[in-house]
Amino acid sequence: MDADRVARSLARIAHEIIERNRTLEHVALVGIRARGVPLAHRLAAHLREFARAEVPTGALDITLYRDDLMRHAVGPQPVIRRTEIPFSIDDRLILLVDDVLYTGRTTRAALDALIDFGRPSAIQLVALVDRGHRELPIRADYVGRNIPTSRQQSVQVHLTEIDGRDEVEVEG
Amino acid sequence: MSTVTTLKSRHLLGIAELDPAEIDLILETALAMKEVGARPIKKVPTLRGRTIINLFFEPSTRTRMSFELAEKRLSADTLGMTTAGSSVAKGETLADTARTLEAMSPDMIVMRHGASGAPHQLARICKASIINAGDGMHEHPTQALLDAFTMVERKGRLAGLRVAIVGDLAHSRVLRSNALLLTRMGAEVRACGPATLVPVGLDRLGVRVTTSIDEAVDGADVVMMLRVQHERMHGLFLPSVREYFTLFGLTPARLERAAPDAIVMHPGPMNRGVEIDSEVADGPWSVILDQVANGVAVRMAVLYLLAGGEEGDR
Repeated sequence: MDADRVARSLARIAHEIIERNRTLEHVALVGIRARGVPLAHRLAAHLREFARAEVPTGALDITLYRDDLMRHAVGPQPVIRRTEIPFSIDDRLILLVDDVLYTGRTTRAALDALIDFGRPSAIQLVALVDRGHRELPIRADYVGRNIPTSRQQSVQVHLTEIDGRDEVEVEG
Repeated sequence: MSTVTTLKSRHLLGIAELDPAEIDLILETALAMKEVGARPIKKVPTLRGRTIINLFFEPSTRTRMSFELAEKRLSADTLGMTTAGSSVAKGETLADTARTLEAMSPDMIVMRHGASGAPHQLARICKASIINAGDGMHEHPTQALLDAFTMVERKGRLAGLRVAIVGDLAHSRVLRSNALLLTRMGAEVRACGPATLVPVGLDRLGVRVTTSIDEAVDGADVVMMLRVQHERMHGLFLPSVREYFTLFGLTPARLERAAPDAIVMHPGPMNRGVEIDSEVADGPWSVILDQVANGVAVRMAVLYLLAGGEEGDR
């Protein structure tokens, strides 16, 4: 996926969000660190442009909720970054944004984390890439692109804000 | 951002064993942990199923509660032992206590002990990660880390900060850990106390030693007052409490010599009217209660980072 394709996918997802939700008044975006966060901000910019809606945007670090954290007796702990959700999520529709949807375990952790912040009216999932191989009953509500992969492959998402360029690569 | 993502040791025995990158990592992790404490549900499932024993051979309220709260916020199972009423009161040695606890296979042991080096001995016997919560007159690493966290929060940095540490220098593990940490991170440390309470060789820690509080406080960004430890003194070192306050007590007038935006810290518990004037303790300079709040976040960070430890010694 090149930069143009990433941009068009995000614009389309923004239109789908507008189409599917009668009003954006109670909607908020929450990006999963690291690369879900710039994606959430880009979607917020699109929603501002397309629907003149100011959608609050936050960042969620799911490290403390990972299910594989304490299973490895060996190996360093992942570095924790800050969670920043500067608004109440109570009774809001939360659009949870991630770059790649794979096993669904990150999403599971994110759902647990979000629910500790309050009681949203609903949570919908946005993924730039869905590469399949789910291990939990989780699906995305908005998908940029479905990319069939094998488990041996890895999907690398590069975003300008973090990596200096927009690109999605499948390696291996 | 720190250049390392993991701590070298499985234990936290002292600041002496930490390098600057590791200190940065702990402080950065603590920043994320502080956010957990601001949530409506102040608990994350991270250390679920881990057992932590809190072993306190010396009286402690805030350190013990702070560790317990940190452990509970990370969902660890905790149990505490204080010496009164335990087998220690019946004459058990530290080594035997350690072996007994080891048989219960805890993942971590947090220990405060009156003897310097006691946690190091425990670390040699136990497989669990050992966290030093204060050993004798040696170190109190989590206190120095939470002090550093509070300084960074207020001042944005440690490098170049002028820090005055005033009080009973001889008996203070808080001083030792702070001096090690702050000099390692590039701060300028002045230590001040009565001549009878200045330990030999203190200047080797890289701090400037003085017996004049006015000299220590002059231009300081941070003034840290240490508690006068009655229980360690037996009246040998100081003529009277009143004289101590006259010569070394921090008053608003003395504080005027410090930098205009100076902050005042105290590891607690405070002796009002002995080392610190009430007006200072409750004044706008005081970050003493911030220190308490930050202590929980810093201890969560330490517990989290040590929990990922590898088998065997690193």
